[in-house]
Amino acid sequence: MSDQKLRVGLFVTCLVDLMRPRIGFSAIKLLESAGCEVIVPSAQTCCGQPAYNSGDRASAQAVARKVIDEFRDCDYLVSPSGSCAGMIRAHYAELLAEFPQQRAEVERLAARTHELTSFLVDVAGMTTVPGRFDGEVTYHDCCSGLRELGVKTQPRDLLGRVAGLKVSEMGTPEYCCGFGGTFSVKYGEISARIADRKCDDIASTGAAAVVLGDLGCMLNIEGRLKRRGDTKTRVYHVAEVLAGLDED
Amino acid sequence: MNAPVPGFKARAHDKLNDAKIQRAMKNFNLAAARTRGVADLENLEDIRTAAASIRDHSLARLDLWLERFEQEATRRGTQVHWAETHDDINRIVIEIARRTAVKKIIKSKSMVSEESHLNAALEAEGFQVVETDLGEYIVQLAGETPSHIIAPAIHKNRDDVADLFVKHHGTPRKTDIGELTMEARKFLREHFLSGEMGISGGNFLIAETGSLFLVTNEGNGRMTTTLPRIHVAITGVEKVVPTLEDVSCIMRLLARSATGQSISNYVTLNTGPKRPGDTDGPEEMHVIIVDAGRTKLLGTDMQEALRCIRCGACMNHCPVYQNIGGHAYGWVYPGPIGSVLTPNYIGLENALDLPNAATLCNQCGVVCPVKIPLPELMRKLREKQVDRGLRPWQERLGLTLWAWAAQRPVIYGWLTGITARAGRFFGGADRTIRRLPGNGWTEGRDMPAPAGKTFRELYAKRKQP
Repeated sequence: MSDQKLRVGLFVTCLVDLMRPRIGFSAIKLLESAGCEVIVPSAQTCCGQPAYNSGDRASAQAVARKVIDEFRDCDYLVSPSGSCAGMIRAHYAELLAEFPQQRAEVERLAARTHELTSFLVDVAGMTTVPGRFDGEVTYHDCCSGLRELGVKTQPRDLLGRVAGLKVSEMGTPEYCCGFGGTFSVKYGEISARIADRKCDDIASTGAAAVVLGDLGCMLNIEGRLKRRGDTKTRVYHVAEVLAGLDED
Repeated sequence: MNAPVPGFKARAHDKLNDAKIQRAMKNFNLAAARTRGVADLENLEDIRTAAASIRDHSLARLDLWLERFEQEATRRGTQVHWAETHDDINRIVIEIARRTAVKKIIKSKSMVSEESHLNAALEAEGFQVVETDLGEYIVQLAGETPSHIIAPAIHKNRDDVADLFVKHHGTPRKTDIGELTMEARKFLREHFLSGEMGISGGNFLIAETGSLFLVTNEGNGRMTTTLPRIHVAITGVEKVVPTLEDVSCIMRLLARSATGQSISNYVTLNTGPKRPGDTDGPEEMHVIIVDAGRTKLLGTDMQEALRCIRCGACMNHCPVYQNIGGHAYGWVYPGPIGSVLTPNYIGLENALDLPNAATLCNQCGVVCPVKIPLPELMRKLREKQVDRGLRPWQERLGLTLWAWAAQRPVIYGWLTGITARAGRFFGGADRTIRRLPGNGWTEGRDMPAPAGKTFRELYAKRKQP
């Protein structure tokens, strides 16, 4: 790492902001311990994906252009979500195709946008992590991170460095959990049934916890586990486990 | 002819609560077969790219290749017909059947004939129609439609088939799959030998040779196209491919993507009817080339859907399809490709649920042998629904309000602060919300409650000295 610190803008995500602030603070701790200077643009809200995937292109565009403005001064945009990072990296160019004057800016932001664990491993070269976890966990690959950004080995690599932690793979970690954003609300019954298959797979590993990189999938899996009456299996965001669960 | 398909949710609900279908869907795993099938291709991605570009090349000059096919096929004695609509398909087949005075018609698999309800149309005219693909035969006996494009009876189990055979064959009940298959074989053999017209689909039309290219596993395709004195093939305009060389590339992926086989058990090329001196083959060969909504997609942002080679990999890998099965989709083509084709073929307003009933996990896009960006196409269809005002007003209002707030950080922070506290309160001691009124989430899941304060608030507080 050069003496010049990387200026990383943290894109907290709307779900972390609303539901699980601890994940945001864990991400800050990890980025700082990887030697980065972390900036949290205070006006940020959402990446626009809910509107984009609902076919409301105009709303998605307005929100996306706001993100571009907010992260203009950062070397990188890092997010504890493969879904939001994937939205910016893989979809903003298409979404903002009607604004050719912004094209260079969109491409510049997309190229600098990373999901948290892939940034820590591939860009920051992190080799030690502060967290400690005694026991076995299983890792669920969230669809967007996996198939849009190629996030696969990085979270496992980092989890392997957590003292006391062992990763026990489930049968089909790449299988969708059934969340799908607004799909989970519009088609709740189908969504919950898909989540059920994921829960079966998690249960078959006997792991104490399932760890993953997206809060949407996390709420979905945790919600289905609870409804099934499973009060034992914990659901953690990978940032929480890497940073240490004692984080406030 | 184009029946609207409302009631997706109700059908999905029924299928999710049908224990027999759920058992059948849990046993269904062609995805694993595909994984094994492509394992020996070192350059899978290169072949996918090449196959996609061959399909794009065909579609870019569809007029040219179709005319070339017509020329070459006609030169070899095949009669080429053009069906602009589904009604045209049925009309043309009925005309041929009447003129040639056939009574009994045997069929090899044709999904296009499902689009036009051809069997019903033929039966209404007094013709006897027998499906000869084993799955299609079972579905026909049951009076149903296929629930998968290559595994039509995947929703049925051996007991269902045993009951159907007792009822229709009048034989003693048996449940051994091998024995059931042998029984079907025996009955089908009679039909093959007595069929006067054979109707088949067509996987590809080869422009350079005027050949019909047929891929089957049971051999019924070959018997249907050679034993009866009349052969009628029905296929979509998009299935034309310039050369045999092109098809050989696509064929490296078709069976592998579908069933994991390196190649299907039978690959049949039919190039014209029986010639003088030939010992077998039909006296007449007809090819009906069907538009029925396809050319409307050319040159639009939906054209990529026409690359489809009907392997079924997208549905085999789809978490939605795997749970609800094919019939829930309500029209001929289920799964991701169906969710794209159905609204395009029968009207956006007639299939509102389909493009929305997907998690956009992109497993379909990753396995598609011709790289159709299925999630992108579904998303574009969602945009078209919004543009045409086809979404419910509550949803539109919700998105408008959300977008308004998301652009106003202070108000947004205030609203999320209230929501976080309210959620924390309603979550109670175990931090779990069990019911959200008017929200599908809690139909099968709890909602973990928010922590109580937003990140924005906590971070602002932490920043203060």
